[in-house]
Amino acid sequence: MTSAEEKPPIVLDEPDREFVEMIKRTGGPNIQSCYQCGTCSGSCPAGARTNFLVRGIIRKALLGMKQECISAPELWYCTTCYTCTDRCPQDVKPTDVIKAIRNIAVQEGYMLQNHQKVAQKVLETGHAVPLDKESWQKLREKVGLEPIPPNASRFPEAIADVVKIAKKTHFDKLVEDKDEDEE
Amino acid sequence: MPKRPAFYHFLGCIIPHRYPSIEKATRLVFEDLDMDLLDMEGATCCPAPGVFGSFERITWATIAARNLTIAEETGHPITTGCNGCFASLWDANYELKHDEDLREAVNAGLKEIDREFKGTIEVTHYVDALYNTAGLEKMRKRVVRPMKGVRMALHPGCHFMRPKLLKKKEDSERPHILKDISLTTGGEYVPYKDELMCCGAGGAVRTADIKIALDFTKQKFESIQAAGGADMIVTPCPFCELQLDLGQVEIEKHFGVKFEFDVLHISELLALAFGHDPDEFGLDTHLQYMQRKTEPHWEQLGIKR
Ligand code: SF4
Ligand code: SF4
Repeated sequence: MTSAEEKPPIVLDEPDREFVEMIKRTGGPNIQSCYQCGTCSGSCPAGARTNFLVRGIIRKALLGMKQECISAPELWYCTTCYTCTDRCPQDVKPTDVIKAIRNIAVQEGYMLQNHQKVAQKVLETGHAVPLDKESWQKLREKVGLEPIPPNASRFPEAIADVVKIAKKTHFDKLVEDKDEDEE
Repeated sequence: MPKRPAFYHFLGCIIPHRYPSIEKATRLVFEDLDMDLLDMEGATCCPAPGVFGSFERITWATIAARNLTIAEETGHPITTGCNGCFASLWDANYELKHDEDLREAVNAGLKEIDREFKGTIEVTHYVDALYNTAGLEKMRKRVVRPMKGVRMALHPGCHFMRPKLLKKKEDSERPHILKDISLTTGGEYVPYKDELMCCGAGGAVRTADIKIALDFTKQKFESIQAAGGADMIVTPCPFCELQLDLGQVEIEKHFGVKFEFDVLHISELLALAFGHDPDEFGLDTHLQYMQRKTEPHWEQLGIKR
């Protein structure tokens, strides 16, 4: 898409030199192999319908434009289909780079409320999609299964384990409800 | 007599909590093929790879590793019918076997609950168990209700085969395993342009913005129609099944376009072909039918009622 509006040059007042290193440590070790061919974006079903541009995000990250990367809403439009990863000629593994940038975004407080709720559900029930209504148990009975499956829905000690793990990694703090005025 | 192969059955969330017909059909099909499924007591969410993996890699890997250690206690391989669960458990198992630092961090977390990741088991998908352990020949022999004339569009989904260099199963640009299994039922394969495209639900996108997720799904349906339509869509993943099945109700709401595809998990297709009555596993409990108060197109599916 072209626009008549003038685009100012990118001025890197404060490029974050640490950002690339952080991404490499957080699960995207090959990011610096990218030579910007665009095979990833050309293969990307998310980019075909939204303003999400995986090559662009990688370029910004390499330039140290941390804030632009982690605050972009479109960072969350990648479905992690790995098509780009299977096609990238430089083995950058763009999907893993996107996931690493998301990890950093979450660390810095950029997490959608809906995502926070899913994470909380796992800590409360052991499952992202819990057996949270009687009608789901009825559905199981209708197909000839026991109403409660032998997973964390039946074994509360499994939920306690997940909570302990989340405490240890400080994940519980990361996804807990923040004060209203911080929003 | 040779010992029957046994797998730890990792249920995950969507199969047991939203699409139990897949769980039941799988139990029938594995029994028919002389394979045992063992309960994994106290298994949790895998946890969802695109969601938890996007939030915090160590937490994702630790919760996944806890699930793996349940199977490590007796050493049987795990099998799961969900591409997402497969991705989480397979990837975590692989990464923990190859990344010392990650393994150390994860085992520090597992220590809190008196567990330890040892790296002694393998993770498989139902599709692997069907293709490698049972084998196409055995499945073909078991078919008593051939799906003659039933046109099957396939949706393999992503995480069973990608990333291809790590999973080393098949060429993700020309996959054949799901197709080979589906063809044992005697149905007809319908090629369509967007067969290998993602359903749109993964990577936390369905939760972030459902309309964007549904836009992927709609493109897939239109692509099937452009190829002349199909009598059913077959997938090896319950999250894809939810997106393709319930997604039709949601697409109608968000885009005002109505699709009426019957969507079957590969286990459900095999259960039908192996002669089971659809009521034996509750094919009509798919959320699309429950919400629209409709039924599967029985005749198109080759079922006499
Ligand atoms: S395909 Fe690989 S090398 Fe090409 S732009 Fe994308 S990440 Fe960079
Ligand atoms: S993994 Fe993400 S970035 Fe890569 S092609 Fe798929 S949606 Fe696009």
